[in-house]
Amino acid sequence: MENLVRLVPFIPIVPLLTFAIIVVFTNRNKKLSSYLAVAAIVISWLLCMVIVFSAVAHMPQFAGEEAVHLTLLRIPTGSRTLDIGVQIDPLTVALLFMVPTVCMMIFIYSIGYMQGDPRYSRFFAYICLFTTGMLGLVVADNLLLLFICWEVMGLCSYFLIGFWFEKPSAMWAGLKAFITTRIGDVLLMLGMMILYFQTGALRFETVFEGVERLAETNPDLMFITALLVFGGAVGKSAQFPLHVWLPDAMEGPTPVSALIHAATMVVAGVFLVARMMPIFVVLAGMPALTWVAAIGAFTALAASTIAIAQDDIKRVLAYSTISQLGYMMMALGLGGFVAAVFHLITHAFFKALLFLGSGSVIHGVGSNDMMEMGGLRKKMPYTFWTFLAGMLALAGVPPLAGFWSKDEILAVAFVQNPVVWAMGTIAAFITAFYMTRQVCLAFLGKPRNPEIHAHESPPVMYVPLIVLAVGAVLLGLLGVPEDFPFLGPLLGNPFHHFLAEQFHHWHYVHLPHVGFNASVMLISIVMALGGIGLGYLIYGRKPLVAGQPDPLERMGVIWTLLKNKYYVDEIYRATVIRGAIGVADLFFMFDQDVVDRTVNLVGKGTERLAWVSGLFDIHVIDGLVNLAGKFTERWSWVTRLFDIHVIDGIVNGLGRVTSAVGQELRYIQTGRVQNYMIIVVVSVLLLVGVFLYM
Amino acid sequence: MIPLSWFLIVAAILFCIGLYGALARRNAIGILMGIELMLNAVNINLIAFWRYVTPDVLTGQVFAIFVITVAAAEAAIGLALIISIFRNRETVIAEEIDMMKL
Repeated sequence: MENLVRLVPFIPIVPLLTFAIIVVFTNRNKKLSSYLAVAAIVISWLLCMVIVFSAVAHMPQFAGEEAVHLTLLRIPTGSRTLDIGVQIDPLTVALLFMVPTVCMMIFIYSIGYMQGDPRYSRFFAYICLFTTGMLGLVVADNLLLLFICWEVMGLCSYFLIGFWFEKPSAMWAGLKAFITTRIGDVLLMLGMMILYFQTGALRFETVFEGVERLAETNPDLMFITALLVFGGAVGKSAQFPLHVWLPDAMEGPTPVSALIHAATMVVAGVFLVARMMPIFVVLAGMPALTWVAAIGAFTALAASTIAIAQDDIKRVLAYSTISQLGYMMMALGLGGFVAAVFHLITHAFFKALLFLGSGSVIHGVGSNDMMEMGGLRKKMPYTFWTFLAGMLALAGVPPLAGFWSKDEILAVAFVQNPVVWAMGTIAAFITAFYMTRQVCLAFLGKPRNPEIHAHESPPVMYVPLIVLAVGAVLLGLLGVPEDFPFLGPLLGNPFHHFLAEQFHHWHYVHLPHVGFNASVMLISIVMALGGIGLGYLIYGRKPLVAGQPDPLERMGVIWTLLKNKYYVDEIYRATVIRGAIGVADLFFMFDQDVVDRTVNLVGKGTERLAWVSGLFDIHVIDGLVNLAGKFTERWSWVTRLFDIHVIDGIVNGLGRVTSAVGQELRYIQTGRVQNYMIIVVVSVLLLVGVFLYM
Repeated sequence: MIPLSWFLIVAAILFCIGLYGALARRNAIGILMGIELMLNAVNINLIAFWRYVTPDVLTGQVFAIFVITVAAAEAAIGLALIISIFRNRETVIAEEIDMMKL
């Protein structure tokens, strides 16, 4: 491992170089740019696989040893140095398996999906830069590098959401995402600063050693710091109350939605909390972790209900993503570290699959609106069957990936907190229901819009779908609980053994170990099948025909509430945005009323004073002046002669000279700023010359 | 260790690129970018001299941070000016903005 860690820096560097090459050299050649991008991700993927397989080969020792480091840079900052480097530990390796695999599929898919776009090369450059950010974040061994990569991803997300910036909605969505996540980023940065000042380092291991002392000396500050770090995760992972940007982010091209807003970037928040787990559990009673669980569970449930009432095929998936991220947060909040990371990885596969499938549908149909689709099963067979696999995995149907990972989370929740377990189980039921609704609306029945002639996408698009579908079906087998009958002993739950020892170097970290629980599993199977059954009953048995309203509209007020996403956007507009404008108005009014009035008052006062002094002027001063004037008149008659002949001569002469000089100099004053700058530069050079040779 | 002169050469090259940009670009935003390059060339000099000549006192670093701050403010104001010029005159070409001679 000590030798292999030298490979790690190249994992993010390869796509970074490709980004530079595409931007600088191959921008004009669309085909070459896309092939370069795919080649880069393949190289990164191979490097990652080398590391993943050698980690798996050294398994029992690797999981127990300390993380392997490689320091790349030492930055002197006064008395300390800030080390920046990379590390490999089980968590990193787990992500290094998922991130490049999903990215690679999406890159290949993009070749087909983005065909004919005028900014084709630019798209590949952006997603290369994004991949750099994500891979860098995964391998970072300190908060600073993590934060830099975090921001790189935020920037790419902004570029890519607003990729079709001719559409005003896309432009605003990009801005909204950028500004909303920025709130979280600021919180994270504050948390980072506190950690740095209190522990003197940003490297994870040193921080984890330092927080133990901080928790003893100043538990309140420790609590706030953990919440601030979690705030960053809330923004990035679109948790309530900062979730509003993610549904709007669906304005971007679909591969972007799959890559950034489903599979990788949004899980960065979950990854951050998982990575920083010790700072959440160091305080007795773990108050920060309770917040994580509460927000996660609330988000999981609330977002899943919104997804029921959406008609845009991608928005359903967006809310589903928010809900699943809530699941992961919830698991982390209950101490289910392994369960959360497991769900993170399986979710990445099936959610990327679902998004790419919906992209394939959009590509074939030319619309996002599920009410216009229908009957695509025959026309798009590859898309249908892979989408179905993704849907069943997300709904949690055994034995697909989503079933095992979701069940592990629910098993943890059942032991730790029954209320959270109940919320999660209801969310699972709703998830199964809205996914069935989506599949029925899009693929079953007859086409509802006769003008749309759907067609299957090219192989470059459906082959990645098949690969991801295989992952969505089989990946769950890595994490079958060991005491599950038959399958458990056979497979041995390798994922759990791989990750369970992640934090055992820090004695204050005690994560609960939860085994297989038959009743929880049974209930979640019933919930999943019940959700699918109910969905099929409503939408599948008698598919909607053109113009027919959604059967759920009979729910009345609740439907309106869900359709409008609980009016969160409207509430923000009425409070936060209105508030900001209000403050601006207040300052404007202060300017108008107070400052301007004062100025006017002073003006009036001056006017009065002038009137009084005017009287004095007319009667006293004028008399004196007239007297003096008389004398002066006499005297001036004398001087006039001198004036005309001598002074005028001089003045006229000066005037003529000035006029002549001005006549010449006006050519220099061109009004062009660059000409002036040249004059400045030449003068400076002349001055330098003078100084040098004096 | 890398000799001081290398840093100065890099800074000089960067400065010249920036100067060229500021003098030769027609686009006002390009000019601003040139100015940023020049400021950063200065920063490299500051940091290099700090590291090689007076590493014990933080003056050089602090000064560089000041320069960065001022540069940020300058960029903000410059861009605001360019936007307002663009709104009024529909152009960001420096030669067409010659109102200063009036």
